[in-house]
Amino acid sequence: MTHNRPLGRKDLLGIAELSRPEIVKILDTAETMWEIGERPVKKVPTLRGKTIINLFFEASTRTRFSFEVAQKRLSADSVNFAAKGSAVEKGETLVDTAKNLMAMAPDAIVMRHPNPGAPHALAEAIPAAIINAGDGAHEHPTQALLDAFTIRRHFGRLEGLKVLIVGDIAHSRVVRSNVHLLRKMGSEVVLCGPPTLMPVGIESLGCETSYKIDEVIPKCDVVMMLRVQTERGAGTAFPSVREYSRLFGLNRARVAKMKKGGIVMHPGPMNRGVEIASDVADGERSVILEQVTSGVAVRMAVLYLLLGGAGEE
Amino acid sequence: MRLPQGNPILIRGGHLVDPAAGIDAAMEILLIDGEVARVDGKIDGKAAKNAEIFDAEGDIVAPGFIDIHVHLREPGFEYKETIATGSAAAVAGGFAAVCAMANTEPVNDERSVTEFVKRRGEEAGLARVYPVGAVSHGLKGKAIAEIGEMFAAGAVAFSDDGKPIVDGTLMRRALEYTRQFGVAVVSHSECPDLTAGGCMNEGDVATRLGLPGAPNASEEAMVARDILLARLTGGKLHVAHLSTRGALGMVRAAKREGLRVTCEVTPHHLALDDRALLDRPFSTDLKMNPPLRSPADAEALADGLADGTVDAIATDHAPHHADEKALEFENAPFGVIGLETAVSILLDRFVSKKLISLSRFVELFSSGPARAFGLPGGTLRAGSPADVTILSPGKSLTVKRAELLSKSRNTPFDGWKLKGRAVATIVGGRIVWRLAARG
Amino acid sequence: MPNDATASGSGSRSRSTRIMDDAKMERTIARLALEIVEQNKGTAGLVLIGIRNRGVPLAKRLAEKIAATNREKKSPPVGAVDITLYRDDLTSIFEAPMVRSSDIHFPIDGSVVVLVDDVLFTGRTIRAAIDTVMDYGRPKAIRLAVMIDRGHRELPIQADYVGKVVPTRISERVDVLLVESDGADEVVISEASAAPPPAPAAASPARKASRPDRKDESGKKKRKTSASKPGRKSR
Repeated sequence: MTHNRPLGRKDLLGIAELSRPEIVKILDTAETMWEIGERPVKKVPTLRGKTIINLFFEASTRTRFSFEVAQKRLSADSVNFAAKGSAVEKGETLVDTAKNLMAMAPDAIVMRHPNPGAPHALAEAIPAAIINAGDGAHEHPTQALLDAFTIRRHFGRLEGLKVLIVGDIAHSRVVRSNVHLLRKMGSEVVLCGPPTLMPVGIESLGCETSYKIDEVIPKCDVVMMLRVQTERGAGTAFPSVREYSRLFGLNRARVAKMKKGGIVMHPGPMNRGVEIASDVADGERSVILEQVTSGVAVRMAVLYLLLGGAGEE
Repeated sequence: MRLPQGNPILIRGGHLVDPAAGIDAAMEILLIDGEVARVDGKIDGKAAKNAEIFDAEGDIVAPGFIDIHVHLREPGFEYKETIATGSAAAVAGGFAAVCAMANTEPVNDERSVTEFVKRRGEEAGLARVYPVGAVSHGLKGKAIAEIGEMFAAGAVAFSDDGKPIVDGTLMRRALEYTRQFGVAVVSHSECPDLTAGGCMNEGDVATRLGLPGAPNASEEAMVARDILLARLTGGKLHVAHLSTRGALGMVRAAKREGLRVTCEVTPHHLALDDRALLDRPFSTDLKMNPPLRSPADAEALADGLADGTVDAIATDHAPHHADEKALEFENAPFGVIGLETAVSILLDRFVSKKLISLSRFVELFSSGPARAFGLPGGTLRAGSPADVTILSPGKSLTVKRAELLSKSRNTPFDGWKLKGRAVATIVGGRIVWRLAARG
Repeated sequence: MPNDATASGSGSRSRSTRIMDDAKMERTIARLALEIVEQNKGTAGLVLIGIRNRGVPLAKRLAEKIAATNREKKSPPVGAVDITLYRDDLTSIFEAPMVRSSDIHFPIDGSVVVLVDDVLFTGRTIRAAIDTVMDYGRPKAIRLAVMIDRGHRELPIQADYVGKVVPTRISERVDVLLVESDGADEVVISEASAAPPPAPAAASPARKASRPDRKDESGKKKRKTSASKPGRKSR
C-alpha cells in the first residue's frame, strides 16, 4: 500500500527537515483537532480502519498515552508494543521486528527508540508511515510541535519571541527539535544550564548559550524547564540536586523577574523541587497541563496529515 | 575574612618591593582599618595621626606573602597540625595568607566543612585561611562535589590534591563546571599506574638504594592530559607542585598558546634533588610526592623561575607526626613541612646567588599566587588589604627542628644555615608576628 | 490544498446560464425562513447550522430573515460545521483537505437543528453533516434547508426546505455565488469541461497523480474557489 503525501513526505522523523509552511500546516490543523477535544463526543471517523502500532523501545507513559488518545479520537485502531519481554530481548534486530509487524499491514508506526536514527532506518525499510516519538538524544518532533502550538496559542505568533530552555541540554532531544522549530518560525532561543551539560558546538544550531539563569530570565517570553535526569546526570555533570536547584531551579523569585505575560513550560515529567518549584509548576504562568492537551491535538494533526489521504499515486 | 583590626600603622624606613604596582624604592606605607591607605616617599604626621610607627630599618617591605598550597590537617588529623598551629607557622615564615587543601576528615567536599575551616582560621586570628574545596565527593574521584555550595561558602579553588583525578571525564567536567565561578581546578597531576608504587624518583639513586621509583613520565603524562582538557573546556587549570622539566615545558607552551594554565613549584624541589638521598639515605624527611627529581629537573625548574613560567612558590606544607615518619622509607607517609623555611630557602639559594631578582622573588610569593587563584592582595596599592611581609636579606636563619612552630617536625632542611628571612608579618593591619630579639 | 481564484477549469470554456438573480435569491431566502418558522410553530428550540463554506453565510441570512418574522425580533443561534473529518471519500482524494473547525457554541440536546447548505446533490455531504451534529449531542430533530436541489441523489437524503428544484445533467455544475465570498448574489448553471467517466466510490480507477483538482465519486471536476477557502465538497 502506498500513501499520498499530504505533508509532502511519508514520515515525520524530525523537525530539521520540515519547512516553515509544513510546520504552519501542522499547527493550523491542530487548531481544528483541539476543538474536537472540547466536544461531548470526542471522536471523528476520519482514520477509521487504519491500524497504527505504537512501537516503544524506551519506557514512556505520557507520550504513548497521548498518541493513543490521538489515534482513538480519529477512530484508528491503535496497538501497543513494548520492547520489554519481547523478541527484541531475545536478540531480534530492529528491522526484523518491523518486518514482522509489517506482515500485519499497519498504516503507521509511532516509534520511540534509545538510538538516534532508528526511526530513519525503519522508514527506509518499510512502507508504513513512521512517526518519530523520540530517538535517543536526536529529535522528538511532536514535542516541539506541541510546544510551538502552546506558545502560539498564548502569544498569537512565534515570530520575534525569545524562548529560554533550561536544563540538561546535552542529553535532550526536546531541545534539539525545539531549537530547529523555533528558529524556522523566527523565534530566538537561549539555552541555559551547567557548562557540564552544554554540548560542544550547540550554538551552530542557531541559539545562544548561558550559564547564568538570572541574567537571561528577564529577557524571555517563554521559560521552558527540562527535567534534570538525576539517574544520568548526577555523578560527574553536577554534584547534587540541591546545588542544581539553587543554581538553575525555577523558583518563585526567578519567576518574579520574568517578562509580563511570560509563560512557564515543561515537557514533563517534572521533578518538583529540583528544576521547578512546586508552586511555580502550579502557578498562574504555568501552561504545563495545557501542553498535554496540545499534545493530543498536535498528534491528531500529524496522524491526519500523514494518513488522511491514502489513494494510489 | 574577618580578622580583628588594630590601630593605624605607619611603616617607615623600609624598601618597598611591589612588582604588581611597579614599585622598587624606599617608601612609607600607611595602614588604616585593615587597608593600605597610602604609599608615598614621605607621609606627613597629619595623615599618620595616631599611627603606630613600625621601623623597618632598611628591611624589604613586600605585599603579604601567600602560600596557595598547604595542608592544615584540621578537621580530622589535629595530631599532626591544627589550623591554629599551622597559621602560627605560616606567619612565622612570613606568610600572611594560606590556602588549605581539602584532604581532611571529613573531606572538605561540602559547605559545612568549608565554613568550619574558614571559621577556625578566623578564630586563630593570625594568617588568612582560604579553604580549597574538593573536586570529587569524598575525594573518591567519581562524583563531582557541591562546588557551587562551597564557592558560596568561601572556597577559592578546587582540588583533590593528595590524589590525582584519574577519570578524564571527571577532570573535564570539573574544568567545565568551575567556569561558572571563575575559579581554578588545582591538579595533583600523577598517573598512579605509572607511579606503580614508586616512593622516590626513578633513577640511579633509587636503583642504588633498591627502592622502587616513580618516573618523570608519571607526572608528565597527566600534565599533558590536564592541559589538553584545559584547552578543550576553556577552564582554568593550576598545576600543583610541578617537579619535572617535561611538565614545565608543557606549561610553558600552554601559556604561549594563551591557555589559562598556571603552575607552582615547591622550595624543596628547587633546593634539593634525589642526590640528597645519597647523603642521607632512607631519610623519610626527604620523602614526598612528587619526589625529589634529578639535578637536571631542579635546574630546569630554576630556569622556570627566572623566565616567568612558574607563577608561584607554594610549599605543599604536609605535616606528619614523628611516629608516622619513623617508619621504613617505603612505608612512611609522603610529605614535608615548609611554611617556616620557604622564604629563607629562596632568599639564600636564589636571590643572594643572583639566580632571580628580588623583585621576581617577591612576585613568586605575592602577586603570582594571588593572580593564579584570583585572591585579593598580592600588592600594596592603596585600597589593598593591609597584609605586609617584612624581610631582611641579611639576617640569618638556622633551621632547628625543635624550635619550629608547626606541630610536626618533618622538615628536609634541619640544620641548614640560611641567609635571609622574614622578620615581621602584618595581616589586616595587625602585626601578627615579629622576630623576637634583634641584633 | 490547491485552490484557484476563479471558476475557470482546464479545457474548453463552458456556457453558463444565470438561473437566479439577487432579487430572486432574497425572496427565496425570505420564503424559506417563513417555512421554517411555520413548520416549527415559532422559533423555540430552533438552531441553524451552516455547512462550510457557503452554507454558513446562507444560514446567517436565514437567521436574519427569521428574526424579521417575529415581534421580539429574536433570531435563532447560528453555528457551522466542517464535515472534512467525516467525509467518506478521504481514501480516494489526493490530499487530506485542510480541515477547519466546527463552531457550535450552543447545546444540541433537544434542539431542532436546521442544516443549511447551498446545493443538494448526491447527499453525501449531508450525511457527513448529520454525523458531525450527532457527535455534539442528541437533537430533537434535524431538518435540511438548501438553496438549490439539483437531483442525482446517491443516498436517501431529502431537503425539507428547498429554494428551487433545478434538474441538471451530471456533466453540468450549479454554483450559488454570494456577495460575502464572490462579490455578487446569483445562481449559475454551467457546462463543465470534459471529465473522466463517473466511477463508483468503492473501486476508484487509477488517477493521474498530476491532477491537482479534487473530484467526487461521480468524476465531476470541482469548481475551484478563492484561495482562502477549501475546495468544494461532494454534494
